[in-house]
Amino acid sequence: MKRRELTSLANRTGAIRGDSILLCATLRNEKIRLPYFLRYYRDLGVNHFLIVDNGSTDGSREYLLAQPDVSLWSVEGSYKASRFGMDWITYLQRRYCHGHWTLTVDVDEFLIYPFCETRPLRALTDWLDTSGIRSFSAMILDMYPKGPLDAQPYAEGQDPFEIAQWFDAANYSVKRNLGLGNLWVQGGPRGRMFFADEPERAPALNKVPLVKWDRSYAYVSSTHMLLPRGLNLVYDEWGGEKASGCLLHAKFLDTFAVKAEEEMKRRQHYADSHEYRAYREGLKNQPDLWCKWSEKYINWRQLEILGLMSKGNWA
Amino acid sequence: MTQSTTLGFVMLCHTALHRAAEVARHWAERGCPVVIHVDARVKAWSYDTMKAELADLGNVRFSERFACEWGTWGIVAATQAASEVMLADFPAVRHVYLASGSCMPLRPVRDLITYLDARPRTDFIESVTTEEVGWTIGGLNMERFTLRFPFSWRTQRWLFDTYVNLQRRVGFRRKIPKDVVPHLGSQWWCLTRQTLSAILQGPDRKLYDDYFRRVWIPDESYFQTLVRLVSSNVESRSLTLSKFDFQGKPHIFYDDHLQLLRRSDCFVARKIWPHANKLYRTFLTDDAAQQAGGEPNPGKIDRLFAKAVERRVKGRPGLYMQSRFPNVDFENGLTAAPYSVFHGFSEVFENFEMWLSKTTGSRVHGHLFAPDRVEFAGGEAVYNGALSDSPKLRDYNPRSFLTNLIWATRGERQCFQFGPTDSQALNEFMAKDSNAQISVISGAWALPLWRSNRNFGEIRREAARLQKVESETLSVLRQVSTKARVRIWTLAEFVESPMEPLQTIVDEISPRSLRRLTEAPKMTDLTGFGQFLQNLRNQGMQPVLMGDFPAGDDPRPASASRGRPYLVK
Repeated sequence: MKRRELTSLANRTGAIRGDSILLCATLRNEKIRLPYFLRYYRDLGVNHFLIVDNGSTDGSREYLLAQPDVSLWSVEGSYKASRFGMDWITYLQRRYCHGHWTLTVDVDEFLIYPFCETRPLRALTDWLDTSGIRSFSAMILDMYPKGPLDAQPYAEGQDPFEIAQWFDAANYSVKRNLGLGNLWVQGGPRGRMFFADEPERAPALNKVPLVKWDRSYAYVSSTHMLLPRGLNLVYDEWGGEKASGCLLHAKFLDTFAVKAEEEMKRRQHYADSHEYRAYREGLKNQPDLWCKWSEKYINWRQLEILGLMSKGNWA
Repeated sequence: MTQSTTLGFVMLCHTALHRAAEVARHWAERGCPVVIHVDARVKAWSYDTMKAELADLGNVRFSERFACEWGTWGIVAATQAASEVMLADFPAVRHVYLASGSCMPLRPVRDLITYLDARPRTDFIESVTTEEVGWTIGGLNMERFTLRFPFSWRTQRWLFDTYVNLQRRVGFRRKIPKDVVPHLGSQWWCLTRQTLSAILQGPDRKLYDDYFRRVWIPDESYFQTLVRLVSSNVESRSLTLSKFDFQGKPHIFYDDHLQLLRRSDCFVARKIWPHANKLYRTFLTDDAAQQAGGEPNPGKIDRLFAKAVERRVKGRPGLYMQSRFPNVDFENGLTAAPYSVFHGFSEVFENFEMWLSKTTGSRVHGHLFAPDRVEFAGGEAVYNGALSDSPKLRDYNPRSFLTNLIWATRGERQCFQFGPTDSQALNEFMAKDSNAQISVISGAWALPLWRSNRNFGEIRREAARLQKVESETLSVLRQVSTKARVRIWTLAEFVESPMEPLQTIVDEISPRSLRRLTEAPKMTDLTGFGQFLQNLRNQGMQPVLMGDFPAGDDPRPASASRGRPYLVK
């Protein structure tokens, strides 16, 4: 049904080979982020991008059409009514991703995994294959600048983490969601700055973005959890650690205030855009997410030592 | 073609054939004959491509193909066939080295030949009796040799397990051929012509083959067992560096292992990731400048992989995160480091927190679980790890709050105050935590009430409530299952002689600085407190947790000079 809302603008999926690593994303007016986003994931070894454009008017569409490794669809339907874009993505995944390692991310999420500086993404997926692992966890790590968000403007093509260099090292609540077996991770700077009075409404930070896709799989809520349930068991329950990564989140840049305002008006987000309402309230007083206990990002090994991600038994 | 050497390689290949071909070429061009077995399940065109790639080399042969499913006889059959070709076609070969398509030489093949020339009669094959084997998959050692295994362990696990259990229950046992003492070991060996031919051409070969055909994972036992019958010079180790993880899968080497592999001085390593371009580039060129290595020394690599397995199996105690969330009682330690909880001390002493921090050099917080605010040391709004002082955030997930704090401050001991006015959500957790040192002065919560300016009726109700809460806390701490280091004094006991308990606690916090306390914290003035308790009694409340405070007979405030001498060795 959602398929009818999708219009193919550039279908280059014929270039997908049997072992290609794919990336799926939905976006709206993200032109400024696209050059760095594509470069980052091409460098990691993503072979093909499957992108759904939800009514961009800033040139994102034209830019993507010119990229040889991008297949592009447009939708005019409601982001909210399509389970926040997941229905569109699920359709594309069922159609094109069966049997492929598939990364599903937003354009402000950047995957970090163990050894990512020296080993391409394929090293990870090959290892996951030989270990019989179908899904790989990478929690969202909210990155932020020091000082007001608009103090250092982001330029197209720039590494956003030159600006948003900081993160919370150990400010995360972890609970188990018995229904789908996934963990529920919340907190970080968003927790302490925007949701201190209603922590239960703070956005989920747990994500399972990398999956050896099968047409019978589906994301349930954003990329926080999947069906079948077994794919959510990305954590060890007997004391050990499974391998995991982080999605560095470049949300908190100067672009954020504009975006929050726009999303509020569209009211197309989860729970009546409650999240964006909280941001707008919080942003009124020019907040500084930085505090003296903020940690400055160095590399994946730092995140591993801090216990935000794990090598598991990958050495 | 260069002259044939005394060393030949048998290679078992099933994936990444272009890489296997590169390695085969490397050895063949340096004079070592190579016999290649390609898994029968590999498609014809890949096989033909590989053959064509190596067609120019006169000392490379391809042997009869068998299907090599993991754990089955096919791998042994393939090894036998390829070894026979090696022995027949290359009479100069004295040592045959069994390698896989994902192996890679780490040292010049000259080194290996020199090494073997110095040990011309030695068979290098890991061969260990079943009792001594530490590594086994599926928990089967001796039973590999005495049961039947018609089902695949990888694809028919349920049938496999069920059939094994059935055989155990009915007491089924296969007969082991006479003289055969089962041995196990790494699949990758290097045998002399004499030994290998004795195994392959021995009179009982058919008998042994028929037997091992039905042994589970015979590639780890066929040669390892039979070598004991024909060789008197077995060096029980593999010349191939190959490590297995906790699931019995080989660890894989990547470009970033280059230095580690170089320094290992091993001759051959597996498994190499086929896309490890730098490793292939580096090790498949003869590097004259490479330092002359001695005996293989894989110690560093062993430790790296042992650590990786430990991380996977045991994890880091006290860490709760996206890929480690232990079930109850599987935590290997509830928190990351020791910490101290003080009930009532800051009520009894006027400057307790400052004194404790100075005396022990640890971080001393106020009431971390106070209802209105998290009282971090120094009154900070955000603390280590970026933890917030918001009580709502803390109470949303108190366990995460405490474990995060202890995790984030590893290396600096945390101390905090606690009492019946605080959130009690973590009482069970802390009692079960062997990292917790919990010291309680019971009834001390009455001191602030006594000094407060509230109506007595209100005070009486509050006292009753706090006494109830603390009683529950105490009964949790007194459970048999408690693992925390718990000490409980009544208020009366404590003020009678405060120095000894303080000394004990401080010694435990900083055991290395064993010294006698010289400066005691200042005890609050208790004049009139006994009368206050009597008033509570008169109003119908029964204060019990403070211990015995006779009305009117106020305890004298203890001073440092009055404290009992504490003997220190």
